[in-house]
Amino acid sequence: MATPTQFSLNDDSVVVIVGSGAGGGTLANELAQKGINCVILEAGKHYTQADIDNDEWGMFNKISWLDKRISAGGWHHTKTYPGLPAWIVKGVGGSSVHWAGLALRFQPHEFKTRSTYGEQAGTQVMDWPVDYAEMAPFYDLAEKKLGVTGSAASGLPMLPENNHYKVIAAGARKIGYKNIVRPMAINSQAYQHRPGCQQIGFCMQGCKIGAKWSTLYADIPEALGTGKVELRPQSMALRIEHDAQGKATGVLYADKNGKQHFQKARIVCVAGNSIESPRLLLNSASSMFRDGLANSSGQVGRNYMNHATAAAASIYDKPVYMYRGTSIGAVVADEARHDASRGFNGGYYLEGLSLGLPFMAAFMQPGGWGRDFTSAIDLYDHMTCVWVCGEDQAMADNRITLHATEKDQNGLPVPVVTKTYTANDDRLATHGLKQWRALSEAVGAKRVIDMPPYPASHNMGTNRMSEKARDGVVNRHGQAHDIKNLFVSDGSQFTSSGACNPTLTIVALAIRQAGFIENAMKRRDL
Amino acid sequence: MSTQKPSMRVLDKLPQVQRRSFLAGAAGMSVVPVTALSMAPTALHAASFKVLGSQTGATLLRMARDIYPHDKLADRYYLQALMAHEKASAKDAALKKMITEGVAELDAQAKRRFGSSYAAIPKEADRVSVLKGIEQSPFFQKIRGDMVTGLYDNKQVWPMLGYEGSSWQKGGYVNRGFNDINWL
Repeated sequence: MATPTQFSLNDDSVVVIVGSGAGGGTLANELAQKGINCVILEAGKHYTQADIDNDEWGMFNKISWLDKRISAGGWHHTKTYPGLPAWIVKGVGGSSVHWAGLALRFQPHEFKTRSTYGEQAGTQVMDWPVDYAEMAPFYDLAEKKLGVTGSAASGLPMLPENNHYKVIAAGARKIGYKNIVRPMAINSQAYQHRPGCQQIGFCMQGCKIGAKWSTLYADIPEALGTGKVELRPQSMALRIEHDAQGKATGVLYADKNGKQHFQKARIVCVAGNSIESPRLLLNSASSMFRDGLANSSGQVGRNYMNHATAAAASIYDKPVYMYRGTSIGAVVADEARHDASRGFNGGYYLEGLSLGLPFMAAFMQPGGWGRDFTSAIDLYDHMTCVWVCGEDQAMADNRITLHATEKDQNGLPVPVVTKTYTANDDRLATHGLKQWRALSEAVGAKRVIDMPPYPASHNMGTNRMSEKARDGVVNRHGQAHDIKNLFVSDGSQFTSSGACNPTLTIVALAIRQAGFIENAMKRRDL
Repeated sequence: MSTQKPSMRVLDKLPQVQRRSFLAGAAGMSVVPVTALSMAPTALHAASFKVLGSQTGATLLRMARDIYPHDKLADRYYLQALMAHEKASAKDAALKKMITEGVAELDAQAKRRFGSSYAAIPKEADRVSVLKGIEQSPFFQKIRGDMVTGLYDNKQVWPMLGYEGSSWQKGGYVNRGFNDINWL
């Protein structure tokens, strides 16, 4: 094996990327393929597929981001999951290790929510500065990269339907749904040096064989293979420094022993997910940027979106074994459209999502006990399970802030995640649960148990894109309005959440951003 | 002529010990009563609570069974979960105090309402009503919360609830019934 590439801390020609997930890992590979040198600072460890077990709690405890975070605001998480506002990964590959692989595109209107829904009192709903037509070719590239099933760009066929899929799809058809989909970034056959799916299940614990796309074993090794990229795991970014002109100069980070280093940079790209990315910008406040970097708009950390969600389990007379095979069962897309006659803006997907027994016991009814609880668990093998994933609205006060006194292991203020659901969220989730109940009962479910939303893995909006500098943090390329060599490369740049899982859009944006950075470097704009 | 649907790979959720004793009986061998095998005497189990004491241990076992009652699960699965508290109590005086005082309070409420210690109340519904009275206490929440993983993350429990656990080492389910549902 070739010696891993190393860059000097004083090398100010490199692009420093904070985070190695769907955003940062993809961006690193795309830049490397164009011959651009990058250093990736990844806070977590470098696990490999040998570290992946089919064990829900084992993997949760191994790879989750468990540094202290505090849930605040009006949402139920302050009671049900006070220390775990979000379920994301700390490790090389980031949350692309954990995602279930559902690769949906935004719908055209979801880039233009303000134009489509009109002004929404109490919200900050806004149009993206890009539209679907502009994103479409990048979605094609993303689908090709990820090997999305049923996509013309990848040429891969659909995955076979598992038991869980079949029960949900049958119920959906019975109540008149027609748009049952499942574009998956899970190889339906060998593709790009990765094997086809063996229907192992445990997609959210990391794919043991690498059939599900993750930067951990796709883009990161490809990037390293170019010799243009250095990956530094267990390197926690502490602050971004800038010069007297207000240009980013590099990133201060702590290594695994807590020792601090400063990596110089030509360009800094932040891709630490929607809690850590704004936290880093806020923690980088200076005498020149008193409210944090790239925050002249005051929008850094605001507009935190994690999807309007709910979940439910349905129990049948006969066994289903929902855990056999890919974790995503059938996905019903009929309700994803915007149709204000339902009483809410935006839409949602009914996503069949299996949970193993340990997680079902934990998430079905947090705090629940007694025969009402155990009679359901006794029929775990007869269950189907849904996760309602719907559009969330940007709200100024749903936000990431820094705790006034509590500090983490590096001495940095811990993030506080404040979230209150809106009436729109509640109506959407209620509608979704009602439809799921009807769908389930149509094929014989005897009992349907509504579950509170469990900690979300979808985090968006806290460094949002805007046409005008006063409305958001970054422009249409993810470039900070205030600092031209500072980029945001993850889901925090989303202006709206869309109804769908964010990963495919994060990847498409990263591919697009890499092209922009390359051209700007060539023009010497950066 | 009706065609028979292909069979579905359905799991046997019966506890192993019950099945073995049934088969032994069917073969004409001497039959050990099923209950004697799957439900060994509580007193014997309680002896494993060296730090918390056998009486507290016996009460905790009754309480754990009432919180997450699965009639087919033998006591030992609940005890395995409670052993975490026993072990931790040896090193954590505050935890030991919380548990012993919590059990004492549970018994006090049981005596006040039903005239006997908690574990000696014969009817489950009555015991549950006593538990409801302490549901918000840190003691109850600690035992209940830990049981969620202590009981349901126990690999020995999974087969009896129809869960198969790790599958990659068996080649996943691609040839083992991921799509064999036959009742739709």
